[in-house]
Amino acid sequence: MRIYADNAATTGMSVAAMEAMMPYLCQYYGNPSSLYAAGQKAREAVETARENIARCIGSAPREIIFTSGGSESDNQAILSAADVGKAAGKRHIVSDNIEHHAVLHTLEKLKKEGFEVTLVPVRENGIVSVKDIEAALRDDTCLVTVMYANNEIGTIQPVREIGDICRMRGIIFHTDAVQAVGHIPVNVNVDNIDMMSASAHKFHGPKGVGFLYAKKGLRLSNLIEGGAQEFGRRAGTENVAGIVAMSVALEEAVRRMCENTEKLLPLRDRLIEGLSKISHSALNGDRNIRLPANVNFCFEGIEGESLLLLLDDKGICASSGSACTSGSLDPSHVLLAIGRVHDVAHGSLRLTLGEDADAEQVDYIVKSVKEVVERLRCFSPVWRDLVSGKAKFIL
Amino acid sequence: MALYSEKVMDHFRNPRNVGVIENADGVGEVGNAKCGDIMKIYLKIDEDIITDVKFETFGCGSAIASSSMATELIKGKPLNEAKELTNKAVAEALDGLPDYKMHCSVLAEQAIIGAIEDYYGKHLEKRKEN
Repeated sequence: MRIYADNAATTGMSVAAMEAMMPYLCQYYGNPSSLYAAGQKAREAVETARENIARCIGSAPREIIFTSGGSESDNQAILSAADVGKAAGKRHIVSDNIEHHAVLHTLEKLKKEGFEVTLVPVRENGIVSVKDIEAALRDDTCLVTVMYANNEIGTIQPVREIGDICRMRGIIFHTDAVQAVGHIPVNVNVDNIDMMSASAHKFHGPKGVGFLYAKKGLRLSNLIEGGAQEFGRRAGTENVAGIVAMSVALEEAVRRMCENTEKLLPLRDRLIEGLSKISHSALNGDRNIRLPANVNFCFEGIEGESLLLLLDDKGICASSGSACTSGSLDPSHVLLAIGRVHDVAHGSLRLTLGEDADAEQVDYIVKSVKEVVERLRCFSPVWRDLVSGKAKFIL
Repeated sequence: MALYSEKVMDHFRNPRNVGVIENADGVGEVGNAKCGDIMKIYLKIDEDIITDVKFETFGCGSAIASSSMATELIKGKPLNEAKELTNKAVAEALDGLPDYKMHCSVLAEQAIIGAIEDYYGKHLEKRKEN
């Protein structure tokens, strides 16, 4: 059996999206900035995509600018808000400690430029408290950036409430909604969002394209200087085919959202139930306030990379927050933020189901994870110490 | 291109000399769970020859493969030869490790040296007692 259970990393492209983009690769390949018909055909496709995407998130078309993806959108949003803040003498930013690196590293960069950053710690369930965010706000706060849903543990943040507070205080509110858009209802008006980042390949669109929503009137600073594309806010010839595919993929995802959620929720819960039966394991992140396809567990006494390799042998694609898989010495900052100690955080497993998953696949995953965890525990000195009582179980 | 060589994957999937030796003559343990790697090597030694060796490892694929290969390389060898085993030799025997995984082979080397030193320490004590 082959099961792709890493849909938070990336998704396979929707056939409809792929078919929609094809004509813009070799047939209508004109530059949208060109005056002749072939160029204008491409221009029309880009603007139609902009309208469709705007409709999906409740914004005006002019409030959407196309980018290369989530990281670029995060960078531009945060740096723009910082510029706005700087001009008003405000140099304080509030965020939380489970943000994506695209946000955290951009904030680090701003710190070097003299900004103060408050990272509000999330609670043990992986959700930031609105009160904690409110308490962190200052008179010189120019930006609050809190993700819509976490990429590792899938927890959904109280974005609407945070946005509401920001609006009352006149503070720009940005959300990295890369994991949320196309998966759970997102509406920039209802959710009081000033800026929002999204990425096509997380909702069955192509890689290398995304968008940034920026509320009308918000001054954006360019990351890329050049031509006047994207209302002068992002230079470079538009990725026409990618943009078209993104809009088709998003429309499809939004249209099927209810149906997908209804299907995924019981499968997610079946997976959580099944994995909970493995001894000394624990679910990471809130049991209920999480994305419909996200399951994230820690298993004591084992290390994540070896777990992934053995699961790959069984045909299962998954990911982990262990140091070895992150390419650093520390395990995932998200798992540490929710209070998992290093030893336990190394043994994490993230499974993010696709819409084509079924109960049989879920049961196969549970059975395989159980086998692999047991096998690795067999020769783990950490496990031996735990079982013999030399060390104390944490989970 | 795969992350690991076929040899690494073979030793990871089918690790040799897995387990514990009760009343081992020398035990070496390196690494810590905080960093995500622990290696423990058990030696049975008879007249300065490693007659049996077992290992337990908590760690990534290359850590498990490095332990497995290292135990293969010292099994049946005299202590003075086993002492000379380098991490480079372990990595080469595995047809190479990715750069950022070389520390796994270092752990294997250190665990073996630790186990041999443990043996010498115990041996000296015994001799003193006698």
